[in-house]
Amino acid sequence: MKNLVLTFKKYHFLLYQLVKKDIQLKYRNSYLGVLWTLLEPLLTMMVLVLVFSKLYHNTKDFPVYILTGRLLYSFFSATTRSALKSVRANAGMIKKVYVPKYMYPCAGVLSGYIQFLISLIVLAVVAAVCGIYPTWHLLEAVFPLVIVFIMTMGAGLWLSTLAVFFRDLEYLWGVALMLLMYACAIFYKVETVIGENNRWLFRLNPLYAVIENFRDAVYGNAMNVPVMLYSLGFSIVLLVSGIVVFYKNQDKFILHL
Amino acid sequence: MSDTVLTVENISVKYRLPEQKVDDLKDYLIKMFKRQLRYKEFLALHEVSFSLEKGDRLAILGMNGAGKSTLLKVIAGVLKASEGTVTKKGTIVPLLELGAGFDMQYTGSENIYLYGAMLGYSKKFLDEKYDEIVEFAELGEFINVPVKNYSSGMKARLGFSIATVVEPDILILDEVLSVGDAKFRKKCEKKIMDMFDKGITVLFVSHSEAQVKNICTKAILLEHGKLTASGTVAEVLQVYKKLTE
Repeated sequence: MKNLVLTFKKYHFLLYQLVKKDIQLKYRNSYLGVLWTLLEPLLTMMVLVLVFSKLYHNTKDFPVYILTGRLLYSFFSATTRSALKSVRANAGMIKKVYVPKYMYPCAGVLSGYIQFLISLIVLAVVAAVCGIYPTWHLLEAVFPLVIVFIMTMGAGLWLSTLAVFFRDLEYLWGVALMLLMYACAIFYKVETVIGENNRWLFRLNPLYAVIENFRDAVYGNAMNVPVMLYSLGFSIVLLVSGIVVFYKNQDKFILHL
Repeated sequence: MSDTVLTVENISVKYRLPEQKVDDLKDYLIKMFKRQLRYKEFLALHEVSFSLEKGDRLAILGMNGAGKSTLLKVIAGVLKASEGTVTKKGTIVPLLELGAGFDMQYTGSENIYLYGAMLGYSKKFLDEKYDEIVEFAELGEFINVPVKNYSSGMKARLGFSIATVVEPDILILDEVLSVGDAKFRKKCEKKIMDMFDKGITVLFVSHSEAQVKNICTKAILLEHGKLTASGTVAEVLQVYKKLTE
């Protein structure tokens, strides 16, 4: 444990560098730069609103509904994808210089999280435009925001480890993410699909549970504590098991890269 | 001086590799059900031990595939040995494939910080040494150009400058003394020689007899993962020559 703290102290600058690189390079050579972090969710939200509001929900808050779901989901999906590739993408370095290997997935998750937090500005603006104003329940948004980070980090560690041994995981995960997207009720309302009584089915999906808590906070509804505790418990188990799996296998990475 | 800087004790490296390469889940599951997952054990290093004192310059000789690079990887900490221990004092700088850690999109100066951070240098240290690195690499205004536009010589120069800006206690050289043009090579050699004078410990892999004689004070010979000879350069070179004939 003491060793862990010491290596982290030595390499925290590397973590900072890797996060900075991720963010800087993503928008380099684009005219609007980091503004894309805001524009991209806004534009996809507009597309989804355009398509789905004609289909079934013509309520005024629909853009906020979509955006809350989509921001969380796309943070999870984009970040787990990049974490999955992170160890293999840095194979050249891992083979040459000793660096704590968890740096690579961690940096990917951190940079994704920073961009996600920035993109929440869009949500604030859209909510204000749609007439949804903050209440003190908004403070409860801290829970889903922290939980989604823990969940993504756990999934990222699992995926980056498994992807070293199984190269087709990248494609399988892409399919799994698509399934997850439909199971997150991003652009439809659960009650219209399977009815309010069956909502628990959706809540089994921990990412949906996070989204529901987040929506409640934004809409000014009281937090559903059992749902929050479920997603928190799931995320902690995922993270702890992810750390264990990563640590147990990291010495073998080099043989498979 | 009897400062032991590096002790390698009974290092063995065992690879357990599948007989056929399995690297996707589909293959893995199919083979698992058919019970075709057979593994082959491959001993890359077998009970290698030696120790070095401050100022020793060790040549590691051996044929291709004898385990030289594996040994260096174990010492650098990149590869974990299956058995045995490595005890080292001070900082190790590996000069292997210069510039391997660069990000191609990043400019030279950004890469100084990135690569430096990978080698474990702090921001403060890099800020202080920034000018020295740029000057030694002789990149001039190219320092603000993305590395993808560099020639291979330029990359190697930058890599060398960053890696050698610290004064390491142990330097690992894996046939790298052949970077850049003749002028830069001379400069590199001079810098390395200066380090030698300060008494750093060196691990050197090379097939060139002349270089080994020039640089090293001690030598070991690896054959199929086993240490078969060790001693002075002259002694070991003699054994090595017999082997190559």
